[in-house]
Amino acid sequence: MAEMSGTFRFDLVSPERRLAGLEAREVLLPATDGEMTAMPGHAPVITTLRPGLVRVVHAGGTEEFVVTGGFAEITGAGVTVLAEQSLPRGEVTAEIHARWVEEARSALTAAEAIPDRAGPVDDAARLLADMVAVGDRIAVGQAPSRAPAPG
Amino acid sequence: MPSLKDLKNRIASVKSTRKITKAMQMVAAAKLRRAQDAAEASRPYAERFNAVLAGLAAGARGSDNAPLLLRGTGREQVHLLVVMTSERGLCGAFNSSIARLARYEAEKLQGEGKTVKILTVGKKGRDILRRDWGQAFVGHVDLSAERRIGYAVGQRIAAEILRRFEAGEFDVATIYFNRFRSVISQVPTRKRVIPAELEEGAAPSALYDYEPSEEGILADLLPRAVATQVFAALLENRASEEGARMTAMDNATRNAGDMIDRLTIQYNRSRQAAITKELIEIISGAEAV
Repeated sequence: MAEMSGTFRFDLVSPERRLAGLEAREVLLPATDGEMTAMPGHAPVITTLRPGLVRVVHAGGTEEFVVTGGFAEITGAGVTVLAEQSLPRGEVTAEIHARWVEEARSALTAAEAIPDRAGPVDDAARLLADMVAVGDRIAVGQAPSRAPAPG
Repeated sequence: MPSLKDLKNRIASVKSTRKITKAMQMVAAAKLRRAQDAAEASRPYAERFNAVLAGLAAGARGSDNAPLLLRGTGREQVHLLVVMTSERGLCGAFNSSIARLARYEAEKLQGEGKTVKILTVGKKGRDILRRDWGQAFVGHVDLSAERRIGYAVGQRIAAEILRRFEAGEFDVATIYFNRFRSVISQVPTRKRVIPAELEEGAAPSALYDYEPSEEGILADLLPRAVATQVFAALLENRASEEGARMTAMDNATRNAGDMIDRLTIQYNRSRQAAITKELIEIISGAEAV
């Protein structure tokens, strides 16, 4: 298919502002059921996201964003990621990550306080584990590897 | 008749008042600009979010096991009114117009035999409503520490509402705020957040595959929808507040200007009268000699 080799629209929006909007070749998403890569012509999917890295490959290189959850709308013409909190990978400092982990931990404590409901506790525990894992993946505290600037 | 010195002091005092109101007007204009930018920046998220949610909800609405946040508790007995006002005054009718709408609705609901509970956000509305509806207050969210309205504030208020909903404290939640139309026009608005009120006519989006599942995503999205709507209302409110303050301060500046003109005329007349009186005294004294 001709469109497979082309580009499609990638938007990353948070409630407060639009973080990115560019033409991408492929987008890697931390979907709840496992990582997935979207390319032009992808079947329409709406998926929730867990904490992780969104990697965008475009003509000028690769950019990475850390999201703490949210969801993504994928169509053949583009990907829209709606994330409640998101930052470019290079801007996530150890303090920011520690705060996110702390938020996840207090959510878990809050979920455990409600008796007879296993579901929310499991979800919160998974969220916390993912949040911690994000820190390992991006190696917070070390000098971030900057992706080349978009051309 | 005030003395010349009194008039002079009076003029000086009104002049400094005018300086203050003028400065406040300019500060409000700058803040309004920022508030409008923030509202503008939040729009892409809100639009996509609402579109996805409307598509999902249209499919789930009919089913009996739809989430409570969507179909409600099946009763409409207890209403929670979330009244969002400002922390500071000197903004014209901004706070009283929200309070008036909320009071009107509260009286109507009570007249229908419903129970009314009020959650206030912002100090001013609380002060206005306390006298008539103080016994209906169930909580208060203080915004005085928030210099900037971030999404976290919306989340905090939404968490407060959701916690009460889960505890079975109410059946229906409505938020009250001012919608920003222009600098001179802000419209008191109410919006139901629980059960979720969605744009009608949204077609069930069978178009999409849902991962993990349609129900799973809907259950995930509905609590966020409360936060999104509260956040949008907060931004509208902030822009309205600054717009109202700008207009109020513009009026105050103009009134001060008019008053200075009037006082200056009065001052000049008194001065002239005093001079004339002195002249008459001198002339009649000279004639008598």
